[in-house]
Amino acid sequence: MSSQTSDQTADRPLGGDSRPLPAVKAVRKSFSSPLGSLFVIVITVLWTIPTLGLLATSLRPKKDVAANGWWNVFAHPDVGLSNYHTVLFEGGFGVSGGLMPYLVNSLAISIPATIFPLVLAAMAAYALAWVRFRGSDTLFFLIFALQVVPLQMALIPLLQLFSGGAHLGSVTVIPAFDLSGTYAPVWLAHTMFALPLATFLLHNFISQLPRDLMEAAVVDGASHFKIFRSIVLPLCAPALASFAIFQFLWVWNDLLVALTFAGGTPEVAPMTVRLAQLSGSFGGRWELLTAGAFLSIIVPLLVFFGLQRYFVRGLLAGSVKG
Amino acid sequence: MPFTGAQLAGSALADSSWNDAVIKLGNSFGAIAGFLGILLVIFFVAGRATGRLGRPLAIAVFLGPAVLLLLVGLVAPLVRTIYLSFFSDDSSRFLGGKNYGWALTNDSIHQVLLNTLLWLVVAPLAATGLGLTLALLVDRMKGQAVYKSLIFMPMAISLVGASIIWKFVYDSRESSQSQIGLLSQTAIWLGWKHPPNWILSHPLNNFLLMAVMVWVQTGFAMVVLSAAIKAIPDEVTEAARLDGARGLRLFWYVTVPMIRTTLVVVLTTVMIVTLKAFDIVRTMTGGNFGTQVLANEMYSQSFVQFNVGRGSALAVILFLAVLPLVGYNIVQLRKERATR
Repeated sequence: MSSQTSDQTADRPLGGDSRPLPAVKAVRKSFSSPLGSLFVIVITVLWTIPTLGLLATSLRPKKDVAANGWWNVFAHPDVGLSNYHTVLFEGGFGVSGGLMPYLVNSLAISIPATIFPLVLAAMAAYALAWVRFRGSDTLFFLIFALQVVPLQMALIPLLQLFSGGAHLGSVTVIPAFDLSGTYAPVWLAHTMFALPLATFLLHNFISQLPRDLMEAAVVDGASHFKIFRSIVLPLCAPALASFAIFQFLWVWNDLLVALTFAGGTPEVAPMTVRLAQLSGSFGGRWELLTAGAFLSIIVPLLVFFGLQRYFVRGLLAGSVKG
Repeated sequence: MPFTGAQLAGSALADSSWNDAVIKLGNSFGAIAGFLGILLVIFFVAGRATGRLGRPLAIAVFLGPAVLLLLVGLVAPLVRTIYLSFFSDDSSRFLGGKNYGWALTNDSIHQVLLNTLLWLVVAPLAATGLGLTLALLVDRMKGQAVYKSLIFMPMAISLVGASIIWKFVYDSRESSQSQIGLLSQTAIWLGWKHPPNWILSHPLNNFLLMAVMVWVQTGFAMVVLSAAIKAIPDEVTEAARLDGARGLRLFWYVTVPMIRTTLVVVLTTVMIVTLKAFDIVRTMTGGNFGTQVLANEMYSQSFVQFNVGRGSALAVILFLAVLPLVGYNIVQLRKERATR
């Protein structure tokens, strides 16, 4: 059994590799039973049904949704996109305008809120890993510790800062910027909240670049700026990509930060905020609510299924050791 | 008449909000371009600096923005929240521990604290436990990629989206024949004549809400733990097997100790995400019917009723609840650095 090659690594977590490590095989054998397989299949079906039901309901006409469960769609397949048309453009929820502006807001919030922290964290991670200085270890610890602070702790003061600036006595430390009605507070908040985790994960990756390579560059007279641009960034592309996916999904799916810093207006609020509002007031209109919900999960699902491999690799980089 | 994709696209192009969309996205990309442009200029200028100035300048440029943002966005607010929690709502009068006293003596807050504790313990343990079981089982199945992807998929869905999906499952609206929600239908099919209104049944509803969180996070636990199990060296398992370890014994005495670090990391990560129970509670019940948790109460005190002092006190309590996690993480990282 131990003669098998062991080429399977954590890099292919979702890959259906048919040649497991001997160790894995031993563990597997110990748990081998048809009952176990049945369990996995049942769980998989249970895990898939809710989403499937959502999709099916969003495609059915109102009268059908009101009359019977979504699984009747298989018996009477009367489906179309009219619910989507209604929620996107017609304001079928009794509000003027549909979900279209919120969908655009979600995009306009998520893309910058992905790029900003990514770039800043990569820079910080590089400095902490390769420009060693007194206190750099302590600084790294502090940043790491901030990762676990619940962001509820920062909401009130941050909101006060954005609306009123910061003052020490009568001295204005930070002036009040009038940012209401713009995306800026949401971008800033997401950037601040993402920095600890992003710095930590990217540091893990950047600090493992080959020492020889970095030293050779220094000998050649390259500045830190040059090294960062021409060596670190290209070599870190996979790590950057996986964190970008992670952060994009996080921001796209966020409710609390958007609710606090964007309010609920069509000018800046994203889909999640609007949907949370609607689920309270339009609980009965399932054909519209499900269409809205499915619209909000299409982009993450595309990102997920398209870039699954990088996404998972990024998750594993931070959590599997040894 | 069913609608087609082409008609939907046509509506999109004809809609007046289309112009707004282009402008909004333009602004967004403009901000990115500006940000990167400024960085490039700074890099260009700072990169010219040589000699003794080079190193400190590099440190300032690389670390400056991140450290500044962390100070302004996290550290200072943290300190200020603690400060605000001792003051009246307009921060003018010092109240001592009054806000905390209110939180700890108020009956409705007791329910909230109990719910929060329940969330922080039950949901992470359930998701991690189920994830571990699946990780052990799925690896020896054909087509494991399909199972893993499907179970992992909810991870990509927003908690708001997931809540709407599950609200629909728990729906207890009645049609001419019977209840419509998937859960009720299943219950009736299994012979339960009059299933309850799930969302209204306290304390059952708390667990139904937690099920949404478990649904979202199990896949994450499964994928990470499955990778950890694969990373166990062959010799270890071989040796244990030669000593006669099989089945559960092998699992308990070999597998579990070998993946303990990962197990803890997974549990921690799942717990941090569980703090976002906020989204689920807000979307599914709005905190009614005995389902309110600390994060929602804090939001409603601070941003709806403008009781800033009380809201801050609740935020601090939430922080204290996860403080053991912070401590544990730091100890763990210290250990790891020491062995490097």
